[in-house]
Amino acid sequence: MEWLKLIVDLTHNTIVFSTALVFAAIGGMFSERSGVVNIALEGLMIIGAFTGAVVTFFVDQALGGSFISPWIGFLSAILAGIIFSLPHAVASIRYEADQVVSGIALNFLAIGAAIYFTKVLFNGSAQTKTLMTSFDKWSIPFLSDNAIVGSLFKAYPTSIIMFFVVVISYVVLFKTPFGLRLRAVGEHPRAADTMGINVFRTRYIAVMISGGLAAMGGATLVLTTTNNFTHSTISGHGFIALAALIFGKWHPIKTMFAALFFGMATALKSVLQQFGITDFVPVEFIFILPYLLTILVLAGLIGRAEAPTALGKPYKLGSR
Amino acid sequence: MKTLSRWLLKESIIIPLISVFVGLLIGAIIMLFGGYNPVEAYQALFKKAFGNIYGIGETIRTITPLIFTGLAVAFAFRTGLFNIGAEGQFIMGSLAAAYVGIMLDLPAIIHMPLAVIVGGVVGGLWGGIAGYLKASRGVHEVITTIMLNWIALYLSNYLIREYLIEKGQQKSVTLAESSWLSFAFLTDMFNNARIHFGILIALLCAVVFYVILQKMKQGYELRSVGLNPHAAEYAGINVKGNIVKAMVVSGMFAGLGGAVEVLGVTHNVIILPAFQGYGFDGIAVALLGGNTAFGSIVGAFLFGFLSFGATGMKLGAGVPFEIINIVIALVIYFVASRLIFKRLLNALNVNKQEEQ
Repeated sequence: MEWLKLIVDLTHNTIVFSTALVFAAIGGMFSERSGVVNIALEGLMIIGAFTGAVVTFFVDQALGGSFISPWIGFLSAILAGIIFSLPHAVASIRYEADQVVSGIALNFLAIGAAIYFTKVLFNGSAQTKTLMTSFDKWSIPFLSDNAIVGSLFKAYPTSIIMFFVVVISYVVLFKTPFGLRLRAVGEHPRAADTMGINVFRTRYIAVMISGGLAAMGGATLVLTTTNNFTHSTISGHGFIALAALIFGKWHPIKTMFAALFFGMATALKSVLQQFGITDFVPVEFIFILPYLLTILVLAGLIGRAEAPTALGKPYKLGSR
Repeated sequence: MKTLSRWLLKESIIIPLISVFVGLLIGAIIMLFGGYNPVEAYQALFKKAFGNIYGIGETIRTITPLIFTGLAVAFAFRTGLFNIGAEGQFIMGSLAAAYVGIMLDLPAIIHMPLAVIVGGVVGGLWGGIAGYLKASRGVHEVITTIMLNWIALYLSNYLIREYLIEKGQQKSVTLAESSWLSFAFLTDMFNNARIHFGILIALLCAVVFYVILQKMKQGYELRSVGLNPHAAEYAGINVKGNIVKAMVVSGMFAGLGGAVEVLGVTHNVIILPAFQGYGFDGIAVALLGGNTAFGSIVGAFLFGFLSFGATGMKLGAGVPFEIINIVIALVIYFVASRLIFKRLLNALNVNKQEEQ
């Protein structure tokens, strides 16, 4: 029975740790499928986490700790992510900028701006105050009371939203005209343009979706795990999401499983520590795993990853 | 006068100039929104960076690693490679130099140069991994170098904790003084600023950068691969070999930077909770400097004095120093989106011609 409980707890923790990664990775997928590299995921998550924390805090102040405030914070974070992704979209789509550089600039800007405004809003403190309210776990009555498998039936609302997002993304990408256009624009923009698809508009929408989703990831971390925003709230999550996206070969379902797998690496850490396994396998090696696997996948040692053909190439009207 | 204005109007000069100006301007607007006085803030910045001999020494200390990482990114760029991994190569260089500095017991005349060289070599090998993966398996270097950064971070933390740790601390034991690049007389001269001789190595590296790329057959090959790999291949140049070479040299510059920082400033390596950002700043430096040796020095100078001076803004005008990170981010953004200003300049030129 102890093993069953262990597996149940591991599953529960994996989902908690992975939710934010799945959001960001799926966001990245939309952008990259349309041909725009998005290594600004990290920065977008930072903006989401910052906005989520700040808005929730001040709504709480106004309403006095209402259950509604984390939801307002969550929605504001999505909006902020969409807005913050626009400079990247404009630079990469309209001004043919190097998309990697523009993404790096946005990552810098995000952490700089988030900490700057945190200091402005919280009297020079580099972190927001701890939130009065955050998301509570939703649970199924009776089933969740079970001592052993109970935690399988308890989840944050964000985790439930996550599964919906993945399914919807799959449907949108593969079963709707918009999804077909999105993929066409990422594979062969010239041909898509000839067929009357507006390459620029499709890419703008894709980047904005990625901004909203990545910011959702950042807000999720703040509103379920950390309960405040500091400079280290988002530390590499955006890059692990990027790794998950590649490991999942730009496919929504596979990307979700990749993110769950990487989230499990984090969840495993606490379990392994519990059982004293970290005495034999250093924690750092567990941290390294996602990154190492990504390189191996790309090198073709574990399956082959094929990126969208037009990824990273600005589309110029009239070019061949 | 005419040649000066023509030189200033060259695209590689004017775009960075405008970008820096616009970046500082937006920074000022953000400060106004935060309720601060931007003029006071920028004055405090200048005063901190150049106000006294100590400030100058510390400014040079801040500039030094940026020259190295800037050169690293620029060198790879010239061969058509985007080395985001300077950060990781820097970490590996630091670690290797620290290892030599702690574990070996040698006279200073051998110890210090050896530590510097080993740092450079290990950084080069770390960069070479990405080069090899690109050349042999066609893996894009942007992704591999990002991943290698994180691997370097955790690997270094593990090795420090396992072999070099100072008991009960989150850092290594102090390096043997025979390996240091900083000297008491220099520190005294600059009123205890942590300036060290790494700046000379940095400038030497810039010369090496220039000579390799512009004066040697090897450099011609590297640049050809960068400009057009297909044409280079057709001309009989070994493209794959040159990709590996470029990444090794690039990583070497970054690794040297890491070594120099450890030997000159910190004299130990710490267990890093997050990246220090030298490699990422290097991207900004290289971009601003148009991927040339001289440009990298100028870029490093600008970003170095901005970052160090920013610490004075807190005391001088109460402004959080993160504002300078925002300014640097904006500068990178605008240099990357140079088309914004190009179209603007073109529009201005057209108007002028129409007026005539």
